Amino acid sequence: MTRVGMTVDGEPYEHEVEPRLLLVHYLRDVLEKTGTNIGCDTSNCGACTVHLDGRSAKSCTVLAVQADGSQVDTVEGLAEPSSDADETDGWHPLQKAFHTEHGLQCGYCTPGMIMAAKDLLEENPDPDETEVREGLEGNLCRCTGYVNIVKAVRTAAAELREGASS
Amino acid sequence: MIPATFDYVRAGSVDEAVDALKQHGDEAKLLAGGHSLLPLMKLRFAAPEVLIDLGRVEQLRGVCDLGDGRLAIGSMTRHIDVMDDPLVREHCGVLADVTAKVGDPQVRHRGTIGGALAHGDAASDLPAVLAALEGTLVAQGPNGTREIAASDFFVDYLTTSLEDDELVTEVRVPKIVGPWGWHYEKFTRVAQAWAIVGVLAMVKRSNGSIEEARVGLTNMATVPVRASGVEQALAGHSPDAIADAAANAADGTNPSSDLSASAEYREHLARVLTRRALEAAAR
Repeated sequence: MTRVGMTVDGEPYEHEVEPRLLLVHYLRDVLEKTGTNIGCDTSNCGACTVHLDGRSAKSCTVLAVQADGSQVDTVEGLAEPSSDADETDGWHPLQKAFHTEHGLQCGYCTPGMIMAAKDLLEENPDPDETEVREGLEGNLCRCTGYVNIVKAVRTAAAELREGASS
Repeated sequence: MIPATFDYVRAGSVDEAVDALKQHGDEAKLLAGGHSLLPLMKLRFAAPEVLIDLGRVEQLRGVCDLGDGRLAIGSMTRHIDVMDDPLVREHCGVLADVTAKVGDPQVRHRGTIGGALAHGDAASDLPAVLAALEGTLVAQGPNGTREIAASDFFVDYLTTSLEDDELVTEVRVPKIVGPWGWHYEKFTRVAQAWAIVGVLAMVKRSNGSIEEARVGLTNMATVPVRASGVEQALAGHSPDAIADAAANAADGTNPSSDLSASAEYREHLARVLTRRALEAAAR
């Protein structure tokens, strides 16, 4: 067993883990943060995308011991707490836009799509359609045909730009 | 999928990694970014007894100018940091451009140049670049360091000339001087970034003709291949010669057949992609 410590969604955690434990299993099974999904489990589909020290990464292809000392951000940490009746108030602009633009059908790829899109928008706040498609190259959706996902990312980008300039 | 159990060693320096390799020999594997090795371990195609993690060896990250017309890229430099590095972009843009086509963004954030090369995968994009650039790799073992030419490094499928107790510390590439153009054509399945076939063309232009051409082929054999017949056919000729020269791009190759493509189809792709890459590079 190896001791690991990392900050996940702003909270510090420390555990003894088997070296072969994958980061996604650490998040889901040890921390019980099941917002991050396991899709293909072969580094292709991107459903398990989280941010590792600020950049998107496929958490099925990272050992928990490799993330020791890192900052991990998952889809669960995106929304601001919301006290009123409408829980969508605190949602991140990407979460809102995937909702309003119907950027999902089954929703399985969505946590990874949102985390990959967040990385893209941090690098490029105003991507055109091609840039969104290239930025999400590592994420597969088998329902939507991507059209509404691209729309959602560009809608969120516009809202984030507006928020930054106001 | 879960890898088989292994003992985990976190190396703090190159010397510590070499000591661990010396101690464990061929039972050990080095872990760089993990984006080639971990998928194999999850499928149990690889089950090393000891995993030596290089993630904390900071001396292996970064790019420097060697002062002899070459750049040295630390083996643990991640793809994203190679792509974005000012020295690489200024002096070896072809490496930055091809690295930007490796995998997908998440893979480029974790995968490393040394890990990708040392894995020796025929479908990986970087070996063909290193072959075309005639770059070298620096390996360090218990007896010191040695520099290995790209043409001597790749031996067979997933096999390099690294000894069991050696690790790649640096990748060295020449600075590109003069009116060179380049283009990498990569044919993939939509949902996967592995090259079914990839072709890197580099063309040095002079007074409207091609002074020198270099063509590196990805996944046309168990190791990266130079299309030397095409290169020779173009030297000193006008770009009009590209179509005829590219028709010989598959000569001397030995591609595999798999679910994605037959060997015959790969030969066809090599010819078509070589023409396209050369035309784009000569523009």
